[in-house]
Amino acid sequence: MSHEYDAIVVGGGHNGLTHAAYLAKAGLRTLVLEKNDLVGGAAITEELLPGFNFTTFSYALSLLRPEIIHELNLVEHGFLPLMMPSSFHPTGDGDYLLFGDDHAQNLQEVRRHSPRDADAYERYHRDLDRVCQAIRPLFDNAPPNVFGNDPDDAADVKWLMDHLGGIDRKTMHDVVRLLTGSAKDWLDDYFEHEAIKGYHASSSIIGSKVGPMSPGSGLVLLFHKMGEHDGHLGSWAFHKGGNGGFTQVLARAAQAYGAEIRLGAPVTSVLTDGGRAVGVALEDGTEFRAQVVVSALDPRRTFLELVEPRELPLDLVDNIRRMKFRGVSAKVNFALDGLPVFPALPDTVDHYGGFLNIGPTIEYIERAFDAAKYGWYSEQPFIDAAIQSVVDPDMAPPGKHVMSCFVQYAPYELRGSDWETERQAFGDKAQAVLESHFPGFGDLVLHREVVTPVDIETRTGLTEGNIFAGEFLAPQMYFFRPAPGWSQYATPIEGYYQCGSGTHPGGCVIGSPGRLASARVLKDLKR
Amino acid sequence: MIRTTPFHARLSELNDQQLYTHWQGTLSPMRYSHAPKHEYFAVRNSAGVFDTSPLYKYAVTGPDAERLLSGALVRDIRTCRPGQAQYTAWCDDRGFVMHDGVAFRHSTDDFLLTAGRPALSWFQELAAGLRVELEDVTDDYGMLAVQGPRSRAVLAELMPEAEKLGYFDHVPAKVADAGVTLSRTGYTGDLGFEITVPADDALAVLDAVLEAGRPHSIRPFGEEALMTLRIEAGLPLVDVEWHDARLAFSDADCVTPKELGFGWMLRGVRDGSRRFVGSDAIRRELVDGTSRWATTGIVVDPEDWDRLYREADLFPPKSEHPWPYESMVLDEDRVEVGYCTSFVYSPVLQRHIGIARVRPDLAAAGTALRLELAINHHNTTVRVTTTSMPFFDPERKKA
Repeated sequence: MSHEYDAIVVGGGHNGLTHAAYLAKAGLRTLVLEKNDLVGGAAITEELLPGFNFTTFSYALSLLRPEIIHELNLVEHGFLPLMMPSSFHPTGDGDYLLFGDDHAQNLQEVRRHSPRDADAYERYHRDLDRVCQAIRPLFDNAPPNVFGNDPDDAADVKWLMDHLGGIDRKTMHDVVRLLTGSAKDWLDDYFEHEAIKGYHASSSIIGSKVGPMSPGSGLVLLFHKMGEHDGHLGSWAFHKGGNGGFTQVLARAAQAYGAEIRLGAPVTSVLTDGGRAVGVALEDGTEFRAQVVVSALDPRRTFLELVEPRELPLDLVDNIRRMKFRGVSAKVNFALDGLPVFPALPDTVDHYGGFLNIGPTIEYIERAFDAAKYGWYSEQPFIDAAIQSVVDPDMAPPGKHVMSCFVQYAPYELRGSDWETERQAFGDKAQAVLESHFPGFGDLVLHREVVTPVDIETRTGLTEGNIFAGEFLAPQMYFFRPAPGWSQYATPIEGYYQCGSGTHPGGCVIGSPGRLASARVLKDLKR
Repeated sequence: MIRTTPFHARLSELNDQQLYTHWQGTLSPMRYSHAPKHEYFAVRNSAGVFDTSPLYKYAVTGPDAERLLSGALVRDIRTCRPGQAQYTAWCDDRGFVMHDGVAFRHSTDDFLLTAGRPALSWFQELAAGLRVELEDVTDDYGMLAVQGPRSRAVLAELMPEAEKLGYFDHVPAKVADAGVTLSRTGYTGDLGFEITVPADDALAVLDAVLEAGRPHSIRPFGEEALMTLRIEAGLPLVDVEWHDARLAFSDADCVTPKELGFGWMLRGVRDGSRRFVGSDAIRRELVDGTSRWATTGIVVDPEDWDRLYREADLFPPKSEHPWPYESMVLDEDRVEVGYCTSFVYSPVLQRHIGIARVRPDLAAAGTALRLELAINHHNTTVRVTTTSMPFFDPERKKA
């Protein structure tokens, strides 16, 4: 087999695969090198017990850009997002909020708790949708290079300014309030009921070392709202077979366009010659040559590990060194003998169709965050759970279930201990919270897998276990992602590019960095 | 008093919406839960049950039963062996389609025919002088469709016959001590079965199916989910794709089998070797090439769809609920060349699709056309391409 390619993609996560598919579709002889024995990066599905399929890390789909579905013909390769029909939020007092696919029914559910919040709920979604609409062109296009001085850059900046100029006053103000403020401040402007605020605040802290009262949590909330399922903004789906099922679809698409994927092939360095990328070297010394090398790894690895930092400008190295990762998320995944019982809804399963949101109020979530500030995990963590087998029975044997629990906060660095020591104690905390909402939960547990931030880092390569390959903080977004001046997917090394979630627009199973980076590569190659 | 089906007592308990249509004067759930799309996904990804009892059912028996049906039905019933079923249609003497239905052949001289509209008198008139008995047995049976990739596993637990039953075959079986007919039929375009059960046993059979299906996440689905499913399957619906020719007031409301996409049913018509009501007219249509329309699938260009809505400052809608109206199909010069009878967003295909009738010369798959739609109260058009149907046709359907 030849070791010469047109392009080599380092890392077979979902962005690496997306990127490779676009390059291969454009006719480049493309090679994907993945260190693990399975593609997908942090979007994998593993059969840990016979018949029980665990989404070890990432577990749901929403942010994926719809253009990618069509441009890469993913349906032909098995793309199948299964709508989450419900979203369930225990309110901590035995009651609950249960939202579904019927807007009017949702309004009644809000009104049951607070008549005042019913029309606020409508305004809230309208205003937030308007913000999403306003920033979508920024989200879905490469950031202009505001630091550049060639005519293309000037045209891009003009495009940006024209677009911003067209946004109405209220929406522009809402954009800024969300990008800079806290989720709590934003939600307080609409709702009075603590559980309704808690429900909406849950997406403001996912994967981020912020509490819902921290400035910056609004940005995280907004980012998650940019997702959609079949045109419904902020809606989520389970991909058939979990998110690993999705990355298998991407791999098939990439291969169908002619890309080659090598598993168990960890890249240790990008080879350069005269300041230009010429290929990569694997751990075992094997070398592959290509005029284009694209890193789908996070910025730390892209700039500080795969290449010699001394080949890079100092300010870039400084920026990447101080980029914040600080993972605070863990997973506790369960194989269950049956469905848990929520005492107020004993005879139905329909509240298990989507997310089970364990974070009753903003204060609950904020208190869970407090521990993380001081280097410890939450006594009573926030949990975003999903029993995927309810919607996709192929995930577990008939009558049995798999439950994915995203648990926060679990800071990467523990003060006075380490994650190997704390693994089971942390799992117990999460399980105890579930037991308090679903009495008898523990009796259903057939198997428990605790995935710590260190596991996330070790297995996926995500620095400090940060699920977004770099935190969602304003100074790390848009034309600052991953560093000022390097937000357009190129690097200072000619022929070396970046396409991971550490680039614009950012993390989640989104595909956008892979897609936008491919446009940059192809433009540079004049393809 | 509105009619209810033999399954109603139980299914209405599972229905937390209480939204019904009056399908042929019978209560028929639109949906069982707040999320008809979830019911839809049950069929595409696990298993769903649908109460199809409102269909009319006619027992056709006697030595001349085959003779009656072969002279009445568009498809050649003589090729349907006992244990098989045929999706078929019947026409008036001008060769315009009246109804469609499924003919189940139980033995040489014993058939059960389903129909979407009442048709007893029409068949009785054709039966004059023949040794055949026609009986409306609609109320005697319930029909339960069990559809979806898990339907075989669910039913095989109750009836081992389900394991090997071929596409459009049927077999007598037993569920909960009740004698039923199990058929590999349905209206979803997926792997699926239907159980025809005496009305008195209907609840016991339903309970057994639901119990067997519980570990497989089985759920009942209503008409809203069914509409999305049947459009994906490219299956036409009376009063949507066409109107009963004997009740229509203008020929524009009538279609021939060929125009409706049933050309595949017409073996032996062109050469005159097979005759049935309307076949002379259909033969002339085939020989002279006088079909006014050809039925085709259309698929919307997703990029164009999104662009139209975004430019209008709107979110591009992707609704699994079909448009409740017809829309015009135009050519690149914006001249009307046909019409779209059913249009919906397909969640499994991630595209808007439609069943359309276009000028026959434009029906070849891959023809670029336009579909009219209104955005912000202005008519505009979106790019579509013709395609063959079914839109969604999984291997498991016939495997």
